[in-house]
Amino acid sequence: MIHTRLKLKYSGFTLDVDLQLPGRGVTALYGHSGSGKTTCLRCIAGLERAEQGFIQVNDEVWQDSDQRIFVPPHKRALGYVFQEASLFPHLSVLANLEFGLKRIPKPQRRVDMAHATELLGIGHLLDRHPQHLSGGERQRVGIARALLTSPKLLLMDEPLAALDSQRKGEILPYLQRLHDELDIPVLYVSHSQDEVARLADHIVLLSNGKALASGPIGETLARLDLPLALGDDAGVVIEGHVSAYDPDYQLLTLQLPGTALSIRVAHTLMDAGQALRCKVQARDVSLSLHGVEQSSILNRLPVTVISEMGADNAAHVLIRLDAAGTPLLARITRYSRDQLSVHPGQQLWAQIKAVAVLA
Amino acid sequence: MTLRASRFAPTCLASLIAAFAVGAANADEVQVAVAANFTAPIRAIAADFEKDTGHKLITSFGATGQFYTQIKNGAPFEVFLSADDTTPKKLETEGDTVEGSRFTYAIGTLALWSAKEGYVDAKGKVLSDTQYQHLSIANPKTAPYGLAATQVLTKLGLTDKVKAKIVEGQNITQAYQFVSTGNAELGFVALSQIYKDGKVTGGSAWIVPADMHDPIKQDAVILNKGKDNPAAKALVDYLKGPKAAAVIKSYGYQL
Amino acid sequence: MTLSSADFSAIWLTLKLASLTTVILLIIGTPIALWLSRTRSWLRGPVGAIVALPLVLPPTVIGFYLLLALGPNGYIGQLTQSLGLGTLTFSFAGLVIGSVLYSMPFVVQPLQNAFSAIGIRPLEVAATLRANPWDTFFSVILPLARPGFITAAILGFAHTVGEFGVVLMIGGNIPDKTRVVSVQIYDHVEAMEYTQAHWLAGVMLVFSFAVLLALYSSRKTKAGWS
Repeated sequence: MIHTRLKLKYSGFTLDVDLQLPGRGVTALYGHSGSGKTTCLRCIAGLERAEQGFIQVNDEVWQDSDQRIFVPPHKRALGYVFQEASLFPHLSVLANLEFGLKRIPKPQRRVDMAHATELLGIGHLLDRHPQHLSGGERQRVGIARALLTSPKLLLMDEPLAALDSQRKGEILPYLQRLHDELDIPVLYVSHSQDEVARLADHIVLLSNGKALASGPIGETLARLDLPLALGDDAGVVIEGHVSAYDPDYQLLTLQLPGTALSIRVAHTLMDAGQALRCKVQARDVSLSLHGVEQSSILNRLPVTVISEMGADNAAHVLIRLDAAGTPLLARITRYSRDQLSVHPGQQLWAQIKAVAVLA
Repeated sequence: MTLRASRFAPTCLASLIAAFAVGAANADEVQVAVAANFTAPIRAIAADFEKDTGHKLITSFGATGQFYTQIKNGAPFEVFLSADDTTPKKLETEGDTVEGSRFTYAIGTLALWSAKEGYVDAKGKVLSDTQYQHLSIANPKTAPYGLAATQVLTKLGLTDKVKAKIVEGQNITQAYQFVSTGNAELGFVALSQIYKDGKVTGGSAWIVPADMHDPIKQDAVILNKGKDNPAAKALVDYLKGPKAAAVIKSYGYQL
Repeated sequence: MTLSSADFSAIWLTLKLASLTTVILLIIGTPIALWLSRTRSWLRGPVGAIVALPLVLPPTVIGFYLLLALGPNGYIGQLTQSLGLGTLTFSFAGLVIGSVLYSMPFVVQPLQNAFSAIGIRPLEVAATLRANPWDTFFSVILPLARPGFITAAILGFAHTVGEFGVVLMIGGNIPDKTRVVSVQIYDHVEAMEYTQAHWLAGVMLVFSFAVLLALYSSRKTKAGWS
């Protein structure tokens, strides 16, 4: 578990958070620029010092203002990936990678050079110097370098923000592998809901230096009372298991957690039992009173209406639905809502026009 | 160097009195290079000179050797008050001076001085003690007082003994500074630097008898640049006169 | 070649003085420059101005105050006397002190600029990679600031070789102790020994140029950009 209470004041900005975060998996610190997410990360790293702070990572206390404890960053078992790689220009890629590794006593090393270079696909770059790498390559080296300190916590500050979408697309798979293969908890700062949706297990929503929400990804993204639900790409993240595959039509059946309900999505072959994460956007969900059988829309689920909220424009509303335990969001016109008399507790059918497979 | 229209009038020995009679309308300036050791006396003389003749002195103080180089390279000096006699003689031989204008304006007296009261005895015996760390003299290669100091040391047979203690100032003024700031406990300075109205002004001193070294004859000369400046001639005449003589003697020089 | 043995010893003394001064300045200038480049304290302005004073003050001013301070009535003089060292005027040690003060901005400022140019990010990176502050200094700051160190050494050395006013005030012109080349040349001119003055000055000119040329050329061929 990661406990952190931080109070920090700059001119014009105050950070005041109290968070309990899981000690495993990827936790996203999500918010707009200026929301305090990077400051929060830097405080946890010790690069900035909260005036009043308490930071405990699993069983190590890194800061406790009341007891006047402050562990300097170089003594914290963390890895940090900066937004712009920040590789040392006077060292080769290999020397950069070795920099942290050398400073960990051998018995404490759990990540080795071969593993890290293979994980990030940088084996062929070792002799080069940072000036001769592309932005994406540099970022991968930066991630590997941080991993090689065998950290107990990996902090990543918008690692994809400085890259164009092509580079981002190159690196995301590596990050997803990190998530799947390593046992190191990750704190991931981002302002991209797409990145967060793909990578995070837990999300903290920050705004103006305060945490508006902290919870598992699926549940939190579906909350209507948060600004998350506004915006064009509002939607839910569903984590399910592959239950069947149709090789003829290339359709994969994804079973929703804790229920027999399933949805189908076009995808390449995957074995049964594999976990799959996908996103369903609110604007791709439509509602009907009765199930529409003859339709090109693949997925129809029976749902219960939970609540309703105004959307970001006057013509639309957002409806929160429950599909046997899996939350869904639908964005419909007010007109349609009145036509169907949508109200909490109502049983409806949700048509899902598109499912985006994330990982 | 500014010369006014009145300069074209013929000048003569009586120009001193004439200038005084006519008043400020005929007043000129004269650029004088003065040996460092004569700083105090020339300042006193300048005030009287201006009052009596209406002419103004523009003085530069420094080392004799330096002045020689500057004069050879076109410095605007019109009259040169040297610390020795060899340099004016040299300039004379080389044709840089007005014929017959050279004369000895003062004979320097050497003094062994310390800024500390009671440190130097009246016979200078303290020189042969081993107590002091530094003995300050002016650079003997370039300053006649420095040369005289080495001559005194030779006469006393102390040259080898004090060799390690010697520190050289670039000129007699610096030699004096080393002693006045206490960095050197003792030093050979010009008497004029520590003497006024018949007594030593501070610290303790041994006035070195003139027979212990070659006489420090200080010669003055009018340089070519001052050839037609009535103020230059007036200054030279004034220096030979009784008022100047009194001032010069009061600073410990001989005449 | 009409250089006398006195001239050679003046050259040797000058080189010794310049080298020792440069080494001392690199050692004490580095922490000062580091502090100046990183601190946010209000003292930054005053300290920076004091370090820069020798850039503006005539060397004779520095020399004059040193003459007073090193003497028996000055702060430093009283300290050295109480330590049994006597006074430092007219000594090589006194010249070293004078040269260190006189050449300080020429060493501190290039170092400060080099440290500032590094910025804070490499230092943060090093800390997250388990390097403590000393470690960070030697493995990150020093290598990245190397061009600055070279510039500082060149300037400090060259500036001390050319020093005249300070030495004139506190040196006392003692052979093998305080008679440096600049004073020796001055003396030759004073004594109208022009040939010797030409030779000595000429030798120093050629030597200095050769040293500077070698050092400036070497800076550009370093790996990476200077």
